[in-house]
Amino acid sequence: MKKISTILFVVLLGFSWACESDSEFLDRPPAESLTTQQAFSDPAQVLSILGNLYDRQFAVYRLSDWQTFADFNEVLVTADDNLTNLWHTNNTWPFGGINGYWTTWNYTYIRELNLFLERIGDATFSEELKATYAAEARFLRANYYFELAKLYGGVPIILQSQEYDFSGDPTYLQVPRSTEAEIYDFIIAEADTLKSLLPINADGKSRASAGAALAMKAQAAVFAGSLAKYNTTTPSVSLPGGVIGIPVERATGYYETALAASQEIISGSAGNYGLYLKIPDNLSENFAALFYDKNANPEVIYEEEYQLKFKFHYFTGANQPRYGAEEEEGGALNPSLNLVQEFELLDNTFAPIPTVDADGNPIYYENQVDIFANRDARLGGTVILPGTVFKNRQVDIWAGVQLADGSIISGSERGQLRELPGNSVPQQVVGFDGPVAATNQNALAGFYVRKYLDPVPGSGRRGTQSEVPRIRYRYAGILLIAAEAAFELGQPDIAAGYMNEVRARAGFTIPLTGADITFDRIVHERRVEFALEGEYFMDLKRFRIAHKIFDGVAMNVADLRAGIGTATNRSTQPWGLWPYKIYEPGSPNDGKWIFKENLSSRVTASDNWQLGNYYSSIDNNILNSNPKLIRQPLQ
Amino acid sequence: MKIKFHYILLLAVGFGLASCALDNYDEPTSQLTGRLVYQGNPIYLEFNRVSYELYQDGFGKTGPLGSTFTPEGTFSQLLFDGTYKMVVPNGQGPFLWGEEADMPDTVTINVSGNTEQDFEVIPFWIINNAQLSGSGNQVTGTFALEQIVTDANAKNIESVTLYISKTMFANSQTNVAITTLEGAAITDINSVSLSAAIPELVPTQNYVFASIGVKFAGVDDLLFSPTEKITF
Repeated sequence: MKKISTILFVVLLGFSWACESDSEFLDRPPAESLTTQQAFSDPAQVLSILGNLYDRQFAVYRLSDWQTFADFNEVLVTADDNLTNLWHTNNTWPFGGINGYWTTWNYTYIRELNLFLERIGDATFSEELKATYAAEARFLRANYYFELAKLYGGVPIILQSQEYDFSGDPTYLQVPRSTEAEIYDFIIAEADTLKSLLPINADGKSRASAGAALAMKAQAAVFAGSLAKYNTTTPSVSLPGGVIGIPVERATGYYETALAASQEIISGSAGNYGLYLKIPDNLSENFAALFYDKNANPEVIYEEEYQLKFKFHYFTGANQPRYGAEEEEGGALNPSLNLVQEFELLDNTFAPIPTVDADGNPIYYENQVDIFANRDARLGGTVILPGTVFKNRQVDIWAGVQLADGSIISGSERGQLRELPGNSVPQQVVGFDGPVAATNQNALAGFYVRKYLDPVPGSGRRGTQSEVPRIRYRYAGILLIAAEAAFELGQPDIAAGYMNEVRARAGFTIPLTGADITFDRIVHERRVEFALEGEYFMDLKRFRIAHKIFDGVAMNVADLRAGIGTATNRSTQPWGLWPYKIYEPGSPNDGKWIFKENLSSRVTASDNWQLGNYYSSIDNNILNSNPKLIRQPLQ
Repeated sequence: MKIKFHYILLLAVGFGLASCALDNYDEPTSQLTGRLVYQGNPIYLEFNRVSYELYQDGFGKTGPLGSTFTPEGTFSQLLFDGTYKMVVPNGQGPFLWGEEADMPDTVTINVSGNTEQDFEVIPFWIINNAQLSGSGNQVTGTFALEQIVTDANAKNIESVTLYISKTMFANSQTNVAITTLEGAAITDINSVSLSAAIPELVPTQNYVFASIGVKFAGVDDLLFSPTEKITF
């Protein structure tokens, strides 16, 4: 009896849910997603959508993918996995770059930006805020088109969200590629409009501001100018109708736009930007700090933001010095000697790193860093040199011990101890940071990366990682754009003035004069100032010098030492510089250092840039879906 | 319970035999081969540089099937029978082809059984009378150059290079010694001579391979002479 009443009770309980009508049930609003109307009803809601769009900005160079920094023999890749073995063993680049790093075709992103711009009009909050948010989305859209233009030349410009009408005929949705000039004109025009719509805010680095729009305008204009001017040297890199190839007569106009836009930033009308100079008595540390200092950094105009616990990257962990690191890993990228020797002497001259004297005898150095003396302060800010300090620990980079008879004793693991002749106590014969031949992830080129490495404790730990932002536009870049544009417009004295500002921050005391400014100078200054920042990729392309630098011919030591400071100097293989300690008890040279150029055994190929590499390939699937697209030249 | 192991085995073998028959297609069996020719003479290229593409219509999206020509200018593909269209992508190869050379821009090939199809192109220049010889430690190559394309599409010679290699692949990617002469420095195109010293070879071998490559201004791919084995 008791059992029955329990059952009845349960049945009764069931009735309490059963009376809701079916239509009501089906009309219930979903709890897990918002309607467009709801999403755009609240400023905080819209901001989070905008945040998502910011998060999806594209750049070829990403701190979260350290491999994207591995190209062009500016670094030796020493990591060992399937991804990284692709460098230094292949003679040519695929048309989409290694691992497809030079490709993006994210029209989904553009569509969502367009939808955002269309929907924000109906939002129910203040017009002022709506206008700012819309301007930010327009900035992101122009920014993405800029990335597309850099990689592909002319691309379809779509500024409205497209809807398919299910008629079975999608041809009305197929947009042909614009000309290369049109896409740059679009970016410049957008930036020009946006500079007055966006707030003047030199403190908000990670969100679009008037300064960011102007910086984008200056850079797009100078790129377009150089593409117009220098594509005449490679006439086969073009497509009919100007889809690739800007008419040469437009170069001057673009350079004028670039100069004017950069001067607008320099004048301070878009916010108070300036060169970073918080540590004036140590310019190398100052240059490194420019990249990790997130506190009121006057140099940064626009950056891709990272924040611990939310969005972070492992660039520091992947590339940190191995010895005493927070994880037993690091050293994935080693700056090459090719790059290191490009840093000038302080008397404005170029010279190889002096390993031997005029007669070919080795030069003996008291301290390891002495060999790099009197060079551009940016060297120490870009590269961790042997004998310098990172995170309060001196790096221990040396390849072995050289005896009086010239023979070398070294180890097969980092910091190995071995007996030396005439001494029964084993001694260290190789650095704790390497280089150890035929191993991975140590200082195989004799250097570590310094730029973008985060000195904060925990940055090299997998569980914490780093929040150093990647700088997209910075003030020194604007100065160099102004210098380049002024030079191309035949105003070398003005160019020298802008360039000297950047060089003074690097420790140069003798200013360059207008007569010193040449094409080689412009290219070189950009190469060292922006080393390992990703600018070099576009410089190689827009000056049309890549096929001369990477001509497929292997390099010997004489090649390496020759031609420093020349824009088209061959750099087909990444060389290293290995320090050796002298062991000659009783001799004045005992305990001193000598250096030898070294080509890693990992380097089995010499790079060859094909003319078809100047523009990234468009995937066959994309070409198939839209027959109006034309293929890239020489592919 | 006693497991009868041989039943399980029998069952597994039975499944194995039954499962292979129905759901597999026959592999392609028709070999398409051919070579690049100019007036019946083969064209020599660099390994893995000049690509071609084969298209077949009628099966959904048209994506190409492609590969590169061998150094001897030949190609081969194992295909199903059918009609294919073959193209050399724009700008590939040290030759003119298609529209620029007043030819159809696609070669239609009917593959049925093993098929041979030569591919006619017009090189910018050709290398005549290439002679590669070794004496002592030196390899010398003499050859003549003849310009074929002289209209608006004509290309200047950027450089000529003698490549010496330990293997049959004597080209810009694998070599032990090279000698390059800039195009402007060529005085007599009917008799160009290049020589290079053979470096010490590790491990030692008493022969090398040599070939001559010609680079045209504005063209990526080099035109080669046949590779010769030289014993010294």
